[in-house]
Amino acid sequence: MEKKTSKKGIILGVILVILGALVPLFAPVYTVILLTSILMYMTIAVSWTLFSGPTGYISLASAAFFGAGIYTAAIVGMALPLPLVIVAGALASFCVALLVGALTLRLKGIYFVMFTFGLVELLLHFILWWEVTISGTTGRVVPPAGNAIVFYTMLIIFVILLLTVFFIRRSRYGLALLSIGENEEAASHAGVHVTALKVIVYAISALFMGAAGAAMATRWTYIDPKIAFNPLISFMPVLMAIFGGIRPLYGPIIGAAIFTYLEEFLLTRFPYHYMLIFGIIMVVAILYMPDGLIGLTQRVWKKISRRRYADT
Amino acid sequence: MIITILDVVISGLLLGGIYAVTAVGLSLQYGVARVLNIAHGEFIMLGAFITFSLYTKVGINPLISFAICGPVVFAVGFVLYRTLFTRLRTSSPTAGAFEGNSMLACFGLLFIIQNVAILIWGADIKGYSYLAFPVDFWGARFAANRLVTLGFALAICLVFYLFLANTRLGKAIRAAAQDPETAGLMGVRINQVLALCFGFGALMAGLGGALISMSYKIEPTMGLEYTMIALIVIVLGGLGSILGSFVGGLVLGLVGSIVTHIEPGLSLVAYYVIFMLLLLIKPTGILGK
Amino acid sequence: MPILEGRGVTRYFGGLAAVSDVDFWVETGEVLGLIGPNGAGKTTLFNLISAALAPKSGSIFFKGKEITGLKPYQICRMGLSRTFQTVKVFGNLSVMENVLLGAFFGGEGRIASADALEAATSALTFVGLSEAAATPARDLTLANQKRLEVARALATRPELLLLDEMMEGLNPTEVNRAMALVKQIQEKGITVVMIEHVMKAIMNVCGRIMVLHHGAKIAEGTPQEVSTHKTVIEVYFGERADASR
Repeated sequence: MEKKTSKKGIILGVILVILGALVPLFAPVYTVILLTSILMYMTIAVSWTLFSGPTGYISLASAAFFGAGIYTAAIVGMALPLPLVIVAGALASFCVALLVGALTLRLKGIYFVMFTFGLVELLLHFILWWEVTISGTTGRVVPPAGNAIVFYTMLIIFVILLLTVFFIRRSRYGLALLSIGENEEAASHAGVHVTALKVIVYAISALFMGAAGAAMATRWTYIDPKIAFNPLISFMPVLMAIFGGIRPLYGPIIGAAIFTYLEEFLLTRFPYHYMLIFGIIMVVAILYMPDGLIGLTQRVWKKISRRRYADT
Repeated sequence: MIITILDVVISGLLLGGIYAVTAVGLSLQYGVARVLNIAHGEFIMLGAFITFSLYTKVGINPLISFAICGPVVFAVGFVLYRTLFTRLRTSSPTAGAFEGNSMLACFGLLFIIQNVAILIWGADIKGYSYLAFPVDFWGARFAANRLVTLGFALAICLVFYLFLANTRLGKAIRAAAQDPETAGLMGVRINQVLALCFGFGALMAGLGGALISMSYKIEPTMGLEYTMIALIVIVLGGLGSILGSFVGGLVLGLVGSIVTHIEPGLSLVAYYVIFMLLLLIKPTGILGK
Repeated sequence: MPILEGRGVTRYFGGLAAVSDVDFWVETGEVLGLIGPNGAGKTTLFNLISAALAPKSGSIFFKGKEITGLKPYQICRMGLSRTFQTVKVFGNLSVMENVLLGAFFGGEGRIASADALEAATSALTFVGLSEAAATPARDLTLANQKRLEVARALATRPELLLLDEMMEGLNPTEVNRAMALVKQIQEKGITVVMIEHVMKAIMNVCGRIMVLHHGAKIAEGTPQEVSTHKTVIEVYFGERADASR
């Protein structure tokens, strides 16, 4: 069954995490920062895939949850120690996602897509209005934190996410999520409380995006709504899932790694064109690679191995 | 007091007229061609900027440039459908998969079109002044360009309605909206009609953008907000109902005008509150089945 | 007390009454047949019972409790399961996973993984699909997919099973196997209501039959009674009923 993560994969993962933990001790600052970015993208991609992968409900709200995490960290950052800041960011996103889910996930998937699409702009406008009208201040200053601390925080969040996703996928709820994606009516007639499951899992995925946002908030010393809520972040996990494939657990992880390097490369070489290039990649990918790059390599491998056996 | 009400109502109709034109376009694209075009706002933006350039660089009157930017944006939409979306239709295993894939493809288009616009026109806010003189209307003052915008918006919708009701192509579109397969069996060249619908949807967006540019400032990132509003309008009016989008647009425009009068900056939030109420109470919308 | 009862159940689609003021009851342990021409409202009635649709008016009772207004998953957990006219298996999941889902979620309360696995395995064995446990459901033949749906429904430990056109598209051999399966289900103590067009099956398996036409109940009784009922004959064969019955 393709959805099971192999033992080899688990061992590889553990090794990588241990290696990762050692990085700030030996590597230059630039590498630490790059790896932090990669971990951030991986977190967003894997969280997104947790819900949208099996159920097929495409959430375009990742930027909203990530931004909510950033903004919450900016608000409470002065008053609370780091772990609580992360929890606060996670909780804020969790609550927003619960609301979004409760409103839209009882209905057809199209309402969910529409609602999540606009959520980024909505939160942006709301916070802007609040700041202008009620609090009188625009933007916030964030207390800085060391690069190593941010890295380890991101690593811990990512590891907890992986464990969560791993256990959900192999549990009865993972099976239920897949069945929802296959045929929601049949799933509900088999006893699955479809709406509740969708809402809770969606909120969990948002939780980790919020945590990531809170962790990364210290990257920017000054934050205002426009900086925190960036629509490109809603776009990225979808692209990463297409690169890496949705079904396997490592799919979005590989997709995120590819994406990060691509972004680094494009930002330096074509700083004015990278949105354009990503857009084109997206369109091409949808046209020619519905299973993602992993799916593509799997199909190529099948063709090659079939040829091999046909000779005997 | 009466003057204030009149002011708010006419501003509302004005805004609503623009919302109606753009929402009817999106309704054509989603309701008939089954493409949830989340790049809709980018077509609006294109219409706005083409009109802007034609006026500021070439000196063409915006009202006349309707006749240019409309067909241009139509052509972009039509070609996109014939190439990209037709290909997606054949390669998607189910109708649901097509909806998802085409929506994601539009997501990609969103970034492509926005980036292209920034490359051509730069990222700053732009604007031009045309018919900016005030006109007295039953005691309230309105900028002439806004009244012209309102008039044109209503005219566009009327023309489109007549087209749908009375021409052969219009009837083919309505048939395709109801049941593409049967319409195809009845001799309607479905692929052609769907591509035309998508093109017309883009056309409406482009015209809407032209109208917007006459009264408001424009920037390359303006599209997202208009897409959101158009989405809310088509839900408000009822998914699949073109008349509903028209009515919904006007209603939302009125709401926006009232909210802006009370608390400026909250109009988008108000639209979303309406969206949320709709989802809770009647997701099928005003005129939806 | 009948295990399933409906009073005045009505449902409209637009202006058309798909199900019109239907009263029905099902005795515990029986196999009730539900027949009628196409469009008579049979599947709609099933949809109303399983809460896939909500009735405009009327009430439905299961084991004495009112179930109108409940959600499908709640009704399933109470012990009422169904199959679908257009087969709704989880194509990309394996046969075992399809049935496991029912085993995990279909019963009252939380079930241990080992027990769920056992329930799923025995359901598969019962319908004769245990060899195919690892096959993706989309690779099964239609007849086997229908059996898979039955297995999934059985894994939810139902007391009442609604079978919607289980035999449609099956060849005569498959029909006989399906008939035997229904009899075995009844022997397990599960009450069955089945929608069927295959008359041989209905006549042989059902103890009682209900006939719908244009959404209304037009006849009810034993197979013998229903097959000689004047209105039923008219509805199925037209006014000119010929002697070759």
